[in-house]
Amino acid sequence: MDRRSFNKLLVGALGASAFPLSWIASPASASGERVINTIVNPEPATLMIGLNQQAPTGLVASKIYQGLVRYDFDLNPMPCLASDWSVSADGLEYTFTIRDDVLWHDGTPMTVHDVIFTATEFLPQTNPRSRLILGKCASITASENNTVTFRLAAPFGPFLLAFDASTFPVLPAHLYEGTDFRSNPNNDTPIGTGPFKLAEWVRGSHIHLVRNEDYYIDDKPYVSDIYYRIIPDAASRALALENGTVQLGQASDVEPMDFGRLAALPNLTRIDRGYEFSAPILWLEINNRVEHLSDRRMRQAIMHAMDRNFIVDNIFFGIGSAATGPINTRTKYYSENKRVYDFDLVAANQLLDNMGLTAGADGIRTRFDLIVPPFGEVFARLSEYTRQALRQIGIDVNLVTTDVAGFASALSNWDYQLTFNYTFQYGDPALGVARTYITDNIVQGVLFSNTAGYSNPDVDARFAAAESTIDETERTHLYEQVQQLLAEDVPLGWLVEMEFPALQANSLEDVITTATGLNGDFENARVIG
Amino acid sequence: MKATLSIALRWLVKAILFVFVLASLNFLLIQLVPGDPALVFAGSSGAADQQMINQIRAEFHLDRPVWAQYIDYILRTARFDLGTSFQHGRPVWDMIAERLGATLLLTGSAWGLSIAVGVALGLVSMRYVGRWPDMLVSSLALFLYAAPSFWLGLIFVLVFSIWLGWLPAFGVGTIGVEHSMLGAVLDKLRHLILPALTLATFYIAIYARLMRGGLLAVAQLDHIKTARAKGVPQIRIVTHHMIRGAILPVVTYLGFHATTLISGAVLVETVFAWPGLGRLTFDAILQRNYPLLMGILLVTSVLVILLNALTDLLLRAVDPRTGVSA
Repeated sequence: MDRRSFNKLLVGALGASAFPLSWIASPASASGERVINTIVNPEPATLMIGLNQQAPTGLVASKIYQGLVRYDFDLNPMPCLASDWSVSADGLEYTFTIRDDVLWHDGTPMTVHDVIFTATEFLPQTNPRSRLILGKCASITASENNTVTFRLAAPFGPFLLAFDASTFPVLPAHLYEGTDFRSNPNNDTPIGTGPFKLAEWVRGSHIHLVRNEDYYIDDKPYVSDIYYRIIPDAASRALALENGTVQLGQASDVEPMDFGRLAALPNLTRIDRGYEFSAPILWLEINNRVEHLSDRRMRQAIMHAMDRNFIVDNIFFGIGSAATGPINTRTKYYSENKRVYDFDLVAANQLLDNMGLTAGADGIRTRFDLIVPPFGEVFARLSEYTRQALRQIGIDVNLVTTDVAGFASALSNWDYQLTFNYTFQYGDPALGVARTYITDNIVQGVLFSNTAGYSNPDVDARFAAAESTIDETERTHLYEQVQQLLAEDVPLGWLVEMEFPALQANSLEDVITTATGLNGDFENARVIG
Repeated sequence: MKATLSIALRWLVKAILFVFVLASLNFLLIQLVPGDPALVFAGSSGAADQQMINQIRAEFHLDRPVWAQYIDYILRTARFDLGTSFQHGRPVWDMIAERLGATLLLTGSAWGLSIAVGVALGLVSMRYVGRWPDMLVSSLALFLYAAPSFWLGLIFVLVFSIWLGWLPAFGVGTIGVEHSMLGAVLDKLRHLILPALTLATFYIAIYARLMRGGLLAVAQLDHIKTARAKGVPQIRIVTHHMIRGAILPVVTYLGFHATTLISGAVLVETVFAWPGLGRLTFDAILQRNYPLLMGILLVTSVLVILLNALTDLLLRAVDPRTGVSA
């Protein structure tokens, strides 16, 4: 019996077991009834959110640090550390009014100086995404009435989407100014403004957050303690969700095959919101430099040969939906008005015939290597499916396995033919989509750049024009054209709009209230009954 | 006294030499692994640019020639400076120190458990040699020897945590509960039983077999026959004359197994969410976290050398003849 089927058995046995599920020693509600037990996996490297943009850090640290704004499910900004904001008519000046009643967790008042320090000193040094956006500012200044003004050198459409806790966490100047940020001892004891403070971090075991008693909104937060448990084994995580040891988790915490069963349990609710901000598209990464793959007819044929609905239903167990193009339906400016590739082997074979790629006696037209991304079962199955699917149109795919470091190295150094990848879209094509397709971003050795090497001046021009205007009609129009052009060229084989539903115990309420989902600050979360 | 001192000195010189060779080998091995820590770090951040990658390369000294990195590493090691983990922004030594206790507790318990149970099973086997208890112990030993430990771990969870509900399935203690002193110890013990047992099974099997063979061989020796002829009670013959002779190979193997117990803990630590060095090592390898990895390798090398020294001392205590000229 292999490990996976054993996990199934293990989890199944629990489900079938008539025993009371009190096998774990933990009385779940310990110090009061307003406790949330949840999961973080893997263990974060640090909780200093300004230094680390990895997912586990964001999950936990988003309760400790806050941005100027947060986003509702339609990606509209809502007040957070900024109570109000305005944009000048020419789209060049963004003025935020900063709350004057906020204290850092060490009792020091938060001021506009902290905001300026974060924007001009800290983030430009440490966060590549913020660096790119803040680099568009000609000046960042504070004025007496508690406002901060960002003056841009040129209009930048998605600027307001760059101020949540992941892109713009406001950091305490009084602890970091004039120090070496990465070796600052305060990194171990994060001090933020958020509704929760770090109480204890037992490495390898759990992270304990407690209610910030001096939070600037009276009565909030409603939860007294959050425990992030570090559980490295997927079967153990499924068990913990099932028996109520933890009351909150996300789809990525368990194997996809387990998710449906857990979501159907009477004590758990599936929440299908809160990933609008990340909204990635999973694609077959096609190295456009490789012979035959450089021909768009080959890429179109691949799009026709892969049954995306089959992939969603059988490999992703229904978590996600079929992708049709480069922009996620949840991201702004998604358009349906473009070429669509139905699952059609006849059309695929026709395209390859037109290329003059004829099959030999073994039925093989050509061969490619596909690097299996080392990110678990789903990618292994997806790779196997791809080999079978492409074999039907005479393409022989050889699967190559590697580890995370090997994958990162091969992809960023263009040393691959086919593999899979995805990137977060951050709500706006200018923030999360353009980087994958524009010629300027073909940078060897850098991940999440235009690694496929696709280059089309028409696409470049439209991305550039759409980015530098705040006129919504114009942006909509330009991004529609971009989607049409890309759908013709198929630089990448778009497969799945990935979804990250959460699993929440029925005893919890208002946990997910923003487009960043479990990475929200849990200010409104409640434990009922 | 003087002889002891000189032996200790000689041992120390040898140990330092070993550590130096091991440190060099560790460095070399890591250089041979493909992959770039800067890319892994950037990769899991979901965003990257050239400046970030350059920063990380500089931090790891990857922008310098390999020989310079090597000399630098050896010099730092000589000063007991293990460096800083870039990803964590914390000193490597701190990260190892906070995990060391958990690993030593787990491997130490497994070590003790395996020798106690192994020796006991060996005795049973010897006592009933060729009869059904011997067969039973032999079959059990063969099964434990053959079964992969992580699989046994999952079976234990299934039986003791899920079906019987006696023991917690994972973790190192109950989270979010205030315990009294005694309560905390008991709680820890409850969490320790399954992982320690899982880790010990393989060694229980080996020691049971070694002990059985050793006892049967010793039983044929002249001094046992003499003792028996003198009318020494059977129990005394076993405890005073036989165990001492039979346990030598077990103690020798204990020294060997110090290494595998520490490295073999990775899977068990993962299955039981036990916050030890094994998992830290595994993560460090995946992230290509060179300073952390080299720090762990060094610390475990030193641990193994120390445990081997301990075994030597044990051997000498059991059989003074082995201590004449080490």
